[in-house]
Amino acid sequence: MPAVKGDGMRGLAVFISDIRNCKSKEAEIKRINKELANIRSKFKGDKTLDGYQKKKYVCKLLFIFLLGHDIDFGHMEAVNLLSSNKYTEKQIGYLFISVLIGAGSDLMKLVIQAIRNDLTSRNPVHITLALQCVANIGSRDMAEALGSEIPRLLVSGDTIDAVKQSAALTLLRLLRTSPDVISMGEWTSRVIHLLNDQHMGVVTSATSLIEALVKKNPEEYKGCVSLAVSRLSRIVTSSYTDLQDYTYYFVPAPWLSVKLLRLLQNYPPPEDPAVRTRLTECLETILNKAQEPPKSKKVQHSNAKNAVLFEAINLIIHMDSDPNLLVRACNQLGQFLQHRETNLRYLALESMCLLATSEFSHEAVKKHQETVITALKTERDVSVRQRAVDLLYAMCDRTNAEEIVGEMLEYLETADYSIREEMVLKVAILAEKYAVDYTWYVDVILNLIRIAGDYVSEEVWYRVIQIVINRDDVQGYAAKTVFEALQASACHENMVKVGGYILGEFGNLIAGDPRSSPIVQFQLLHSKYHLCSPATRGLLLSTYIKFVNLFPEIRTQIQEILRSNNNLRNSDVELQQRSIEYLQLSNIASTDVLATVLEEMPPFPERESSILAKLKKKKPSTISEPEQAKEQIKLPQAQISNNIEPLTIPTQGESSTDDGFEQTPASTGSVDLLGLGTPTSSSAPAIGGGDAGILLDVFEALGSGNPSTNATPNGLDANGLTMGAEENFRKFICKNNGVLFENDLLQVGVKSEYRQNLGRAKHVGSFVEGGAQVQQMFNAECLQEFTEAPVFTIQYLYSGTQQKITLKLPVTVNKFLEASQMDSSIFFQRWKALSQPSQESQRIFKAKFPMDTEQAKAKIIGFGLSCLDGIDPNPDNFVSAAILHTSNQQVGCLVRLEPNKQAQMYRLTVRASRDKVAKILCDLLEIQF
Amino acid sequence: MIKFLLLINKHGQICISKHYQHLEQEDRQRLEKELIGICLKRGNKKSSFLEYHDFILVYRCYLDLFFIAGITKDENEMAIYEFFHLILETLDKYFPKLSEVDIQFNLDKVHMILDEMIINGNIVETSPARILAPIELLDAAKR
Repeated sequence: MPAVKGDGMRGLAVFISDIRNCKSKEAEIKRINKELANIRSKFKGDKTLDGYQKKKYVCKLLFIFLLGHDIDFGHMEAVNLLSSNKYTEKQIGYLFISVLIGAGSDLMKLVIQAIRNDLTSRNPVHITLALQCVANIGSRDMAEALGSEIPRLLVSGDTIDAVKQSAALTLLRLLRTSPDVISMGEWTSRVIHLLNDQHMGVVTSATSLIEALVKKNPEEYKGCVSLAVSRLSRIVTSSYTDLQDYTYYFVPAPWLSVKLLRLLQNYPPPEDPAVRTRLTECLETILNKAQEPPKSKKVQHSNAKNAVLFEAINLIIHMDSDPNLLVRACNQLGQFLQHRETNLRYLALESMCLLATSEFSHEAVKKHQETVITALKTERDVSVRQRAVDLLYAMCDRTNAEEIVGEMLEYLETADYSIREEMVLKVAILAEKYAVDYTWYVDVILNLIRIAGDYVSEEVWYRVIQIVINRDDVQGYAAKTVFEALQASACHENMVKVGGYILGEFGNLIAGDPRSSPIVQFQLLHSKYHLCSPATRGLLLSTYIKFVNLFPEIRTQIQEILRSNNNLRNSDVELQQRSIEYLQLSNIASTDVLATVLEEMPPFPERESSILAKLKKKKPSTISEPEQAKEQIKLPQAQISNNIEPLTIPTQGESSTDDGFEQTPASTGSVDLLGLGTPTSSSAPAIGGGDAGILLDVFEALGSGNPSTNATPNGLDANGLTMGAEENFRKFICKNNGVLFENDLLQVGVKSEYRQNLGRAKHVGSFVEGGAQVQQMFNAECLQEFTEAPVFTIQYLYSGTQQKITLKLPVTVNKFLEASQMDSSIFFQRWKALSQPSQESQRIFKAKFPMDTEQAKAKIIGFGLSCLDGIDPNPDNFVSAAILHTSNQQVGCLVRLEPNKQAQMYRLTVRASRDKVAKILCDLLEIQF
Repeated sequence: MIKFLLLINKHGQICISKHYQHLEQEDRQRLEKELIGICLKRGNKKSSFLEYHDFILVYRCYLDLFFIAGITKDENEMAIYEFFHLILETLDKYFPKLSEVDIQFNLDKVHMILDEMIINGNIVETSPARILAPIELLDAAKR
C-alpha cells in the first residue's frame, strides 16, 4: 500500500485503498455509505472528538466528495477545525470549506470570523491559509468584512512575501466579485510599485492584480508602464544564474515575462523615449535569443523560450509602430511554420493572422502564402488547418485574392465538416470584397453552392442575387452560368433558388441562343421543381409568372403548370395561393399591366454585407477583417446587433380592391429576399387575392441612412421622430416594459432586460385587427456612456400607401446601471473622493409631478439606482448608489435628490467616477420628477 | 486566466479538478466528461491547443497522467503548456517517483501545492522550492 505522505492517518490510507480496490461502482458506493454512516455516528456521538479525530473524519469526507459523491454533513466540524492552533487541522478545515461551502451558507459568518482571527494573527502561515480561502470563495460578505484588511496587508512594509503574494490575488478576486465594496484608497498608488519588489513571486502575483486594475482604469495606473519595462529588461538581460529558482531550464522567469509583456499590451507604445528604447531593446533581445543556439536540448527549454517569444510578438503587433520589429517577428514566425512541432505551427499561424492586419507587416506575411496553402492541404490536425484558413483569410488582398479563393475552394471539397460553413462565408466575403471582375465573383459563389451547397447559408445566396441585380454588366453572364450549372443532373436546392431567381429576372438575356430558348429554360427549371422544398417551389412559381411577362410565347405551358392539381390544390397554402393568383394574373391582366407588375427588380440599396455579420457572430473574437477592423461605426454608442427578419402578414384588411392587384408590383420571390432590401413601394410584394396585403419590414436605420425615397412625411417632430414618440420614450427611462407607440393601426410594445453592459429588447408590434403580433429582437451592448438613443424605423404598407414610423429604441444609459448598497461611512468617503468639478452635475428644478415620496422612490429604483436609507440626516432626501457597466469600464455613480415641498422644487446632485456620466444621468433623472 | 485545471489518469478518471470560475455541478461534470473524451482521442500527435466554445483548451499527456486546462483567449497557450510541466516537476520533487497513485492518496497535499501555484486562475509562484516550503514546514511540524 503506497504511503500517505506526511503524518500517516492510517485509517484514511486504509479507506482509500479499499475504494481503489473496489471492483465495481456499486461496491464503491457501498463502501462509501458504510464509511459515511461511521463518520456520522462519530460526529453525533456523546464522546467529544479531539482535533486529530475531527481532522481525520473531515479529511475522509473531503476525499469522498472529491470522488464525486455528495456530502451533506460535517460542515460544522470543518468550521471548528479553523480555530484549531494546529496547522494541519486548520489546513484541512480551510481546504474543506474552500471546496464544499458555498457563498450562501449559514456558516459563512463563523467562517469569516475565523478568517478575521487568522488574518490578524502574527503567524504568516495562518494568514496565508485564510487569504487563500478568501480567494477561493470570494463572496460579497467576505469583501464587506475583510475588504479593508487585505489591501493593508498587501502594501504594508512589514508583511512577508508569501502573504503579499496571496493578498494580491485575494484582492483581485474580491475586486472581480464585488468591485463596489473594495475601497480604492491610498493603497492603489502604492500597488504598482510592487513591480519593483525584490521577490519574484510577489511580482508575479502583483502583475495579475495590476493588470486587472489597469483594465478598469488605464489612466490611473499609467505609471506601471515604465516599471514593467524596467523589470522586464532586468529579467531578459539577466544571466540564468541570477534568478536562481525562477530560472526554468535556462530561461529566466518565463511566466513572469509573459505576464509583464501582457500587461504592457494594455497601453499604447510608451511615450517617454527612454522607456520606449528600453522596451525595444528588450523585444530585440527576445527575438535575438530565438536565433541563438539553444542552451539546452530539452523541450522544456524551447517551450519556455517560445512562450516568451510569442507574447513578445503579441506586444509588437499590439504596438504596431515599429516596422523593423514587425518584419522580424514575421520572419521568426515564418520559420515556425515549417517546424516539426505541431504546437509551434499552430501558434505561428495564429500570431501571423494578427500580423497580417498590420500595414507594416502585411506584405511580409504574404511571402509565406505558399507555406500556408501547403499547411492547409497537408496538416493532419483540423485545428491547425482551421488556423491556416484564418490566416489565408487575413492575408488576402486584391493581388492574391484569386489564388487564395481558388485554393480555398479546392480545399473545401475535402474540408472537415466542422469548418465548412465558416469557410463558405469567408470565401464569399473575399470574393465580393476583392472582385475586380464580377463574373469571377459569380463563378466563385456558384462554385461554392456546387461544392458545399448544404453549408451555403441564406445570406450568401441572397447576396449574390443582390449583386447581380445591382450590376447590369454581369447579368447576362450570371444568367448563362446558372443555366449551365442547372444542367447538372443533381444540383443543390440553393442552386435552384439562385437559378430560378436570376433566370426569372434576366432569362431574356440568353433566350436568343436556341440552346437556352425560353421553353428550354422553363423545362430545365421545372425538371427540378418536384424535388424542392415548398419555399423553393414558391420562388419558382414566381419565376414562372415572370416568364409569362418575359416570354409570352410560353404562356400556355406555364398556365398549364399553374393550373395543375398539384399546384392549384396544393396542401401548402402559400403555394396554392401563389398558383391561383398568378394564374389569374396571367389570364386577366393586359400586356401593359403585366409588364408593370412584373417589372425587373429595382436595384437594392447598398449596405454592408450581412455575411460579414454572420461570420462575426459565428466566431466573435477570431475574425480579423482585412481592412475594416479598426473603423467600427460607433454611432450611437450603443451597438445594436440586429437580425433583420422580413415579416409578411397577410391580414383581412378592409381595403380590398376589386382586382386585388393594384398594389402588388412585381417581385419574384421577393418574400425570400426582403431581408436584403429596404422596401420601396415598387418592391413591396405580398400578393393578396382580393385582400389587401400588408408588408411590415422592421429594419435597422442605424446611421445606414436609407432615405427611403417615398416615405410619406406623416407627422414627424423636430428630431425626425414620429409625434408622441418622445414622451413615451421618456416613460421608459424608469421602466423596461410597456407600449412605446400606438396609433389606430399599430401598437409597438417593448419588453427589455438588461444585465450589466448587455441588454436585449423585444419589440412587439401588433395589429389592431386580428391582433396579430410580430416580434423583433434587438441586442444592445453598452460600449461607453452615450446620450442619444438608437433610432429605428418601421415601414409598412396600408391601403396602398406607405406608412413610416420613426421611434427611439428605449435604451438609455441608466439601463446599464446596477444598484449597489453601502453604509454611510463608505458613501461619504466615495462622495468626497469624487470631488472634481467634472465629476459632479447639479440641477435645481421645479417639480413636474406631484411630490410623492413613495412614487419618487419607485422611480429611483426603476431608474436602476438603490435607495439607501439612513445615510442622509434629512429623511426626506434620497441617496443612491450604482455602478454603470460598460464594456470598457465600470463607473461608480452616486446620487442625491433633495425635495423641497414648500417651494415645489428639487435639487439633484450626481457624482460619477467618469466625466460626462454625471451630466447624462442628471439629464435623464431631471425629467422624471 | 486559467478557467479550470484537470488532472486525469490514463483511464480517463479525474484525479484533480479545480475550477476557477463558478460552474454548476451538473455543467461541470458534463464539461469534464466531454473534454476528457476529446483529449484522450486527440492524443499526442496533434496540436495541444484547441479552440473550444469560448475558450482555448490546452492539454499535455505524460505516461499515466493527463493535464487539461481551459484558458481565456488572452492567456499564452505555450506558457500554460509548459506550466503543466512545472506542476509535474514540483509534484515529482515532493513525491519521489511520482505516480498517479501518489496523487490519489495525497489529494489534500496536491491541492495545497496547486493552491500555492495558482490562485484564482492566475499563476502565483513558479519557484519549486518556494511552492513546497509551506508543505514541508507542515511535514516537519508533524514529525
